[in-house]
Amino acid sequence: MTPILELFKLSKAYPTPKGPAVIVKEFNLNLKPGEFVTIIGHSGCGKSTVLSMVAGLTDITGGAMILAGKETNEAGPDRGVVFQSPCLLPWMTAMENVMLGVDQVYFTASKQERRELAEYYLTVVGLGGSMDKFPGELSQGMRQRVGIARAFALQPKMLLLDEPFGMLDSLTKMELQEVLLELWRRNQLTTLMVTHDVDEAIFLSDRVVMMTDGPEAEVGDILSIPFERPRSRADILADPRYMDYRNHLLEFLNERSHIRPSHSLPTVPMTGTHAIHDPKTGPFMTPTS
Amino acid sequence: MKLFHRLKLDSLLLPLIALLVCLGAWALISGKSTTTTVVDDWGDTVTKTTRTGLSADLPSPTETWIASKPYIVEPLAKRGELDQGILRFTWLSLKLVAQGYFLALLIGTPIGFFLGLSKNFTKAFDPIIQILRPVSPLAWLPLGMVLFSGMKILDANGRVTFGTSDAAALFTIAICAMWPTVLNTAVGVRAVPQDYLNVAKVLKLSRTKTLFKILIPSALPYMFTGFRLSLGIAWLVIVAVEMLIGKPGVGGFLWQQYNANSFAHIILSILTIGVVGFILDRAMSLIESRFRTA
Repeated sequence: MTPILELFKLSKAYPTPKGPAVIVKEFNLNLKPGEFVTIIGHSGCGKSTVLSMVAGLTDITGGAMILAGKETNEAGPDRGVVFQSPCLLPWMTAMENVMLGVDQVYFTASKQERRELAEYYLTVVGLGGSMDKFPGELSQGMRQRVGIARAFALQPKMLLLDEPFGMLDSLTKMELQEVLLELWRRNQLTTLMVTHDVDEAIFLSDRVVMMTDGPEAEVGDILSIPFERPRSRADILADPRYMDYRNHLLEFLNERSHIRPSHSLPTVPMTGTHAIHDPKTGPFMTPTS
Repeated sequence: MKLFHRLKLDSLLLPLIALLVCLGAWALISGKSTTTTVVDDWGDTVTKTTRTGLSADLPSPTETWIASKPYIVEPLAKRGELDQGILRFTWLSLKLVAQGYFLALLIGTPIGFFLGLSKNFTKAFDPIIQILRPVSPLAWLPLGMVLFSGMKILDANGRVTFGTSDAAALFTIAICAMWPTVLNTAVGVRAVPQDYLNVAKVLKLSRTKTLFKILIPSALPYMFTGFRLSLGIAWLVIVAVEMLIGKPGVGGFLWQQYNANSFAHIILSILTIGVVGFILDRAMSLIESRFRTA
């Protein structure tokens, strides 16, 4: 199957007086149509930068991105984006916020049809009764639901999620994960999500991409999560493989994230309580467990 | 003391005390008239009025009240071009202010948007703005007279309805009042959160749609702060302008009464200007706060 999204040696560098500061270096990833892929990594490793480049909100400084057979480097409504903060416009109601995008994409449809589309997605995310409320009158979780509805209502080729549940409490988070999975299943939408939550990554994704620490972050390891769909949280938690996946991810984040495979540095034996400091990778890591 | 606080009397009583203190100070330094009747060298009886006091010519509060009464009791009377009730003068001034103020908003808002949106535009025009901003209205008015010299709009009877001095007045008010609007709009546009701009980018909104759906609503609270400050300046400028061109209005009245040695009316004018300015500012704040919560 041809990939819907190809990231080929995607790089991001900022010019500084001391030479370019490389945030992301030669990030390679292909997404199959309908796949749910999660990028996981430590905060500040550049995972959001990757997503931002795919969304077209940050300029790509090296490599290329091919979306549905076409090279792209600017933003567009063919990629629905859900940001960490919902980014709703506070002077518009939930409905108007969704309509803003719908009007833009379906300008040929009648006003009635566009309204129905927006209403449909707002109802699906569970906001049927709060469509005419302003973001200020909604809870954080409800605002994020509007954000999800807005992204899906565009009926994009791809969905990009930048830590969409990072600011929510764990109960709301689990609720919204279900909402997201249900929408994803119905729409067969290729999804790329950034998170630092290991359980979230396992529950939602087909594949989890682990990123090495920045600067010069790249793909460290990829883990396939072959749980059958539709998934139920209880079944997954009961599955013996769950703990294996979880340990795999945690082990990477805690012990291997500073090692870059392309350089294939000799692994430093971790003995005693000595902190490992690799001048090339920067962050000062203390071995855990 | 507890009851005193409960009834919120302090917020009423304290300003009242301050007012009495000010009135007292005014009464102290103002002059007093003493009328004496003397028989002069020719044998005629002559009444002589002499004024004494710290500032002999300054009318006392009571004198001011007595002299101002006809203007306040009949606020809408028109006895002559420069002898009208105080509300009528206020209305004339407000009309001129409104025209100049809207001109200021009309010019200032787009300039503010260009400044906020383009770094190069800011670099190019900021020095000019910083130099023009502190120029006094008294300096702009003569330039306006030169700029619009010979301008005449006649009505059906051949009378001038809008002449050089009117144009110069509008020009002066507009150019002086414009700056807060320009600068606050620019700040507001620069302060539009990147998140909102990202939404516009992701949805590929057109430039006009981005302007009306995102930039303007987001910058509106800042813009209104600018509008309020601009109105305050427009009201300051009107007095100077009316004094210079002799148009009927609060400022024109003030200058005419000074020339007529009718000092009580100067105080009446000053108080009127102050009260109207205060009311305008309050009204704008009310509108501003409404936009801030939305």
